Amino acid sequence: MSDIAGTKPALRWVVHASVIFLVVLWVVPTLGLLISSFRTADQIATSGWWRSLFPSEQNLTLRSAAPETQVQENGLYVIEGNLFEGESAAKISKWGVSSRAVDAFVPGETAELRRGGTITVDADGNYRMENPEEFTGSRGARVFVTAELPPEFTLANYHKVLLAEESTDSMGRAFFNTLTVTIPATIIPILVAAFAAYALAWMDFPGRALLIAAVVGLLVVPLQLALIPLLKFHLNIGIGKGYLGVWLAHTGFGMPLAIYLLRNYMAGLPRDLIENARVDGATEFQIFTKLILPLSFPALASFAIFQFLWTWNDLLVAKVFLIDASGQTTVMTNRIVELLGTRGGNWEILATAAFVSIAVPLAVFFAMQKYLVRGLLAGSVK
Amino acid sequence: MHPAFQGLLTIAIGVSGCVGYFYLSNQFLDKVLFPPRGPNAGRNINRANIIRPWLFLFPALAALGLYLAYPVVETLRLSLTDRVPGGGYEWVGLENYIQMANEPKFWEAMRNNMFWLIIVPAMSTAFGLLVAQLTDRIRWGNVAKSLIFMPMAISFVGASVIWKLVYDTRPAEQDQIGMLNALYLFFGGTEPQTWLTIPFWNSFLLMVVLIWIQTGFAMVILSAALRGIPEETIEAAILDGANPFQIFFKIKVPQIKTTILVVWTTITITVLKVFDIVFAMTNGQWETQVLANYMYDKLFRANDWGVGSASAMVIMLLVAPILVWNVRNARKEME
Repeated sequence: MSDIAGTKPALRWVVHASVIFLVVLWVVPTLGLLISSFRTADQIATSGWWRSLFPSEQNLTLRSAAPETQVQENGLYVIEGNLFEGESAAKISKWGVSSRAVDAFVPGETAELRRGGTITVDADGNYRMENPEEFTGSRGARVFVTAELPPEFTLANYHKVLLAEESTDSMGRAFFNTLTVTIPATIIPILVAAFAAYALAWMDFPGRALLIAAVVGLLVVPLQLALIPLLKFHLNIGIGKGYLGVWLAHTGFGMPLAIYLLRNYMAGLPRDLIENARVDGATEFQIFTKLILPLSFPALASFAIFQFLWTWNDLLVAKVFLIDASGQTTVMTNRIVELLGTRGGNWEILATAAFVSIAVPLAVFFAMQKYLVRGLLAGSVK
Repeated sequence: MHPAFQGLLTIAIGVSGCVGYFYLSNQFLDKVLFPPRGPNAGRNINRANIIRPWLFLFPALAALGLYLAYPVVETLRLSLTDRVPGGGYEWVGLENYIQMANEPKFWEAMRNNMFWLIIVPAMSTAFGLLVAQLTDRIRWGNVAKSLIFMPMAISFVGASVIWKLVYDTRPAEQDQIGMLNALYLFFGGTEPQTWLTIPFWNSFLLMVVLIWIQTGFAMVILSAALRGIPEETIEAAILDGANPFQIFFKIKVPQIKTTILVVWTTITITVLKVFDIVFAMTNGQWETQVLANYMYDKLFRANDWGVGSASAMVIMLLVAPILVWNVRNARKEME
């Protein structure tokens, strides 16, 4: 289309603009959750995440230091300090000392305090209270400010979600459980499937075509059908609910795709290579381990990524075959669903928990996108 | 034992077990059973070669048979029986199916599933095709594609959380934190809506999540297909004075028709199995039930294996035409 677009700059701009629009549409929801995970509960609940990217004007109620900190200077009682306690780079635009006139003064002006004395506040929140008599009471004076707050983010949510020990919000255990499910469930089917794929691609035997057709058919069998029969089977042979069961289940469910992808790839390897090796007296086992396996690395990687993403992101198989009443073996997806139920309003916990679980697959995705794409293509188009 | 060690141990046992099985069984075949020596060397080699494929295939076939083929038969059997209190099963014929057909929730799930089946594959394929075409020749196309592809890596559950924030609702006097409500109010909406509780339309909001995930998949495959179109056909069309839209709809789309069909059916299968999104976002409340979640409800909440299996068979039945079509295509390719 470049030829045409080249002659019509207007069209090219439309193309660029539409792609930008679509990309924004696709990225913004995730971005919203990511940003929310760095905000405090208050911030999330009171303003949309998109506001947090810009300085925001907010009305705050702050307090000066308590009267016990006053010092005497030249016969005056003085309290000095910073309203933000030095923790914020906020800029005050207006302030007041009464809740009915929160914007009565601008920075630098001096106000009369109701309980006696005066207060001067500058734009950075530094204040100076003066009083010829002693300040009394146990708490400091209230100051209402209208301030421009810079964007503010925190890592506290991640700290809480990952490291909190006794807390029910903890994802730490679920993270390791997920890892424990995922890694064996990714590695074992690869080996089993690779041998089968080699036989289906390069060995001659009656019924081969039928078997390949069966694998293609099983590719689409809904996993839902397997739940009850296999749970029954696991309970009967004594595996029950647990890691072993979930590993076996993932191995079985991943098998058709693994065989299909690997067979397609192996069948495309040059025939001469394998026949030469056979003539040279290599056994099938040697051909497979020394020749086919190393050459099939791209296909193995493709499948490994699929299986990894699928087992990491899985909820249903874990719920049925792994998670028992004790809840010790919960996985992250399940924790998040539980949080959605019990803590539907606590967005800071939810957003952070979700991001902890999303982070690993995203990293794998961006690092190994090439293989993922290759696998997708091998699986669907010729 | 700590599960992590158990995991490592399993990897070790699993991997060495696999390798050991394949190595030893091959050794046994070649050295003990049919050694390629002695008076019957030739016959032995042939015999070994007849058996060997099955050695390679055995573990995979066992897994396929036990975890996928057997359950289909067993689910069919379960759907025709009921559990008897105290153990055992009794044959009830089609009673489970009749009971299911009398439940309004089942028909709600069927109706919703039909909408899912039409809209999600159509929209994902359309968006995928659109993005594939638009990014084809622009310099930062790969970056754009990568970003639109990204949701593929996110779990359905994670995606549900992401979109639940988008659909969030706050009381009218507060600032809205959900983007949809914020936009709705910005463009003149009168008061914030609790989107996920509006029957009928809420199903579409759930579909958006799956479309968002699946578009990347459609895009990757269609993009490769678009690149595979012979350049001459497009050049010829340009010379004949076709405009970009004509080229796209009359030259390109017809040439990648098969791929579009493959993408469409693949997404259809995903849609039929969709469970996590509905489970996490509404759990089938407010008339958003779908078959897979209905089945989960029956199996694990109502503990009714008969009706649960019957609804699983309905899903299988809906997948069946695609299964047959796939197998026939594969066989055609093999010839």
